[in-house]
Amino acid sequence: MLETAFFNLFAGLSIFAGLGVVLSRNTMHAVMFLIFCFFNAAGLFFLLDAEFLGIILILIYVGAVMVLFMFAIMMLEVNVSKMREGFQQYLPIGGMIAVILLIEFIAASTSGVFTEGAKATAVHFAQDVNNTKEIGYVLYTKYLLAFEIAAIILLVALVGAIVLTIRGRKDAKYQNISKQVNVRREDRVRKVSM
Amino acid sequence: MSGLDMAIQGGIWALEILAIAVPIALSVAYITYCERRVIGFMQARKGCNRVGPAGLLQPLADGLKLVLKETIIPAQANKLLFIGAPLLSLMPALVAFAVVPFGETSLFGVWETPHIMAISNLNVGLLYVMAIGSLSVYGVLMAGWASNSKYPIMGSIRSTCQMISYEISMGFGLVTVMMLAGSLNLADIVHAQAGGILHWYMIPLFPMLLVFFISGCAETGRTPFDLTETEELVAGYYTEYSGMWFATFSLAEYGAMILISLLTSILFLGGWYAPIPALDFIPGTVWLLGKTAFLIFVFIWFRATFPRYRYDQMMRLGWKIFLPWTLGWIFVLGVFIYTPGLDSIIDFWLAWR
Repeated sequence: MLETAFFNLFAGLSIFAGLGVVLSRNTMHAVMFLIFCFFNAAGLFFLLDAEFLGIILILIYVGAVMVLFMFAIMMLEVNVSKMREGFQQYLPIGGMIAVILLIEFIAASTSGVFTEGAKATAVHFAQDVNNTKEIGYVLYTKYLLAFEIAAIILLVALVGAIVLTIRGRKDAKYQNISKQVNVRREDRVRKVSM
Repeated sequence: MSGLDMAIQGGIWALEILAIAVPIALSVAYITYCERRVIGFMQARKGCNRVGPAGLLQPLADGLKLVLKETIIPAQANKLLFIGAPLLSLMPALVAFAVVPFGETSLFGVWETPHIMAISNLNVGLLYVMAIGSLSVYGVLMAGWASNSKYPIMGSIRSTCQMISYEISMGFGLVTVMMLAGSLNLADIVHAQAGGILHWYMIPLFPMLLVFFISGCAETGRTPFDLTETEELVAGYYTEYSGMWFATFSLAEYGAMILISLLTSILFLGGWYAPIPALDFIPGTVWLLGKTAFLIFVFIWFRATFPRYRYDQMMRLGWKIFLPWTLGWIFVLGVFIYTPGLDSIIDFWLAWR
């Protein structure tokens, strides 16, 4: 009973937050709504006994990805009239996507996967099953190859981003900190005998 | 579970939360007093000694002054986020205490097995603390942006860069603790360090202790790394704040300082265990809080000793020194754990083999 109540709370709040992301005029408010949405999604993971995934969702998405998002958005000029300019132009394609998604959602919800009985069979592990350990076992045995490939893709993206943004400006002046730190008195002060 | 049981459970939770939040608020007040006295002592002056005996009522007078001051909200500020930002920075600092184990007790022999004194003894406690700690960036970012003023926004950008840079080396430092303890549960990590000072993780992980504590210093924006509130930026992200909202920011800062000190004692200094097993008759909580108090003193000591870092020096320390150090230590530990011959050395600290 308590679990259903919490499920409804988290699910309802995440839908509310999702609506807030789309409908709020201020981009900063939209970002805050998105963060709130991630929190509720993490709550849903907790209800499924997947505490590792829930915490990682907060750690990665809220703690890292959204901060960078916000960084970019902070620099934007908030010009509401300009943002609404292309509304008419994009209406047909946006409306089409919305209709397709609506049909998909209706089809999915009537397919019987999400009936009351199916939800009740969500398995609860015993208290001593360590979620983190179990994920580690499958990740480093069964899915090792996929894991490594994902790691390599991330590395390539990282190196690519650095290569794209680095600009070795010749006229810029730099300070060599290790040189500054290693300066001794003898390098700067000279004793003059008078 | 009946309605009455649920009500009782709710009451117990509320009491547990109060039992942690109220002492934290009080200790924040008296850490500010202690800081002023200690820095005064180190600079050969008196510090606050006028209000009450030996100045002991000074924090209360300060609090009263801040509450009574007028809250000014700039006309062009985003009011909702301007008010929300201090709360956003205070909340993670307090919420993180939910998983911190303050000791072990059998309630004077009433319980047969000792219970962990934490609101929630989470399996993923360490990750929880990291995740909640990473949220404190939002208060800073929001404060800078919502003030709609140039110095706060520059201060908040600086401070965000600083926080996310040092979070990385802090996280890698914690990975080494996990490698030795084999668990993410804070109580299990303390149990893995049982048996005297030689078993504490500060022996095999001494560089990580330094990295973690200095990164914590940078995370909370304490003095060698307080370039978020330097004079050149007026007062950084809280330039526009006044009265109670300003006090909320400093409450969050000192709360985070207590949390970092507690975590350092739990992860590296043996938590609630005495340095010599013979001294275990003193309650564990006393040991834990004593270690924490010492680390808070070190924070204050830093403030009185070190001049401020320059921005590029700070970034260099985080990315070019701490990050390679921690990655290297993870590698070294991994090699020690899985190389035959070397593993006999590390087995002394390894809890899971």
